[in-house]
Amino acid sequence: MIYLQLFISFLQIGLFSIGGGYAAMPLIQNQVVELHPWLTLQEFTDLITIAEMTPGPIAVNSATFVGIRIAGIPGALVATLGCITPALFLVSLLAYVYNKYKDISLLQNILSCLRPVVVALILGAGLSILSMVLFNGAAPSLEQVDWIGGCSFLVAFVVLHKFKWNPILTMCLCGVAGLCLNLALPAIL
Amino acid sequence: MDQQSPALSPKQKLRALFFSTLYISAFTFGGGFVIVTFMKRKFVDQLHWITEAEMLDMAALAQSSPGAIAVNAAILVGWRVAGLPGMVVAVVGTIIPPMVILSIISFFYAAFATNPYVALVLKGMQAGVAAVILDVVCGLGGAVVKTKSAVYIALMAAAFVANFFFDVNVILIILVAAAFGVVRALFQQRKAAKK
Repeated sequence: MIYLQLFISFLQIGLFSIGGGYAAMPLIQNQVVELHPWLTLQEFTDLITIAEMTPGPIAVNSATFVGIRIAGIPGALVATLGCITPALFLVSLLAYVYNKYKDISLLQNILSCLRPVVVALILGAGLSILSMVLFNGAAPSLEQVDWIGGCSFLVAFVVLHKFKWNPILTMCLCGVAGLCLNLALPAIL
Repeated sequence: MDQQSPALSPKQKLRALFFSTLYISAFTFGGGFVIVTFMKRKFVDQLHWITEAEMLDMAALAQSSPGAIAVNAAILVGWRVAGLPGMVVAVVGTIIPPMVILSIISFFYAAFATNPYVALVLKGMQAGVAAVILDVVCGLGGAVVKTKSAVYIALMAAAFVANFFFDVNVILIILVAAAFGVVRALFQQRKAAKK
């Protein structure tokens, strides 16, 4: 029963991946490459590349990709349902506890200590993406800087911060700028 | 619309929640914390449905629970905004875009993954994502500094150093900060009891 296997595999991925995309990757590999003959290692690597280039959580992306290749659209639905089922129950429980007890002083104290930490973690995530933009994942050095990416970043930051542009519009314009500048500049220089 | 949104009927609210999560999810490249920054701009700054403090609490809860951060955050925001129907609507809105996009791509993935033009657009968008995140961080970090509390500023700095320079596991950082909060609460209670 392929649907049940897909569901159970992605249920485990959803249950044991704590901390987002990169934490889920080894679990996905274990389930779809090693335990089940669903993807080759090469296909899995392609899947991760695609998942990083497209919107959405890696686990949901993988569930859709693997599900479709193994059992068509119903497979994709079953696998995706599997990977969000643990969160539907556990996080709903957390939501209930949070909405009910968030005014209690102990919980207040814990949360007020967590807030600055979350800000720091978001900053860390932003800086890693920025370093991908500037150095293409290589070690930082002045000769390796991607000036087009760096300038797009600066312009985007200024229009967002000073002029309160819509973030999604800004991102799309950055994509267009990246394509045009990378094609046009080498031709001019 | 940056002012307080007028009272919506439950149906209108659910519809707005659905389209907001759909729209945010369709444009969120690159990991869970990115979606949290977009949700903050939408639900805190524009719609005023949740407070900034609540958004940060939910980000911490979403990060430390099993599953994808984006889905977890949608569950928390959905429950907070409109109960069970809100949760269902927010989750469905969040998973539709990746499902549709990956379904399409899976049919011709080799051509997509190796297309140089696609790669250039996506690389350009990364610069925009970095700018959005750092813009949001400026606001949030400024709010922490404005509390003028040495404890919060030190926690923020320590968490940043541990995460960014020493690659300490994110869950561990959150657990340590939570433990610190518990100790501080007990300490304050004891101090109050002595008086």
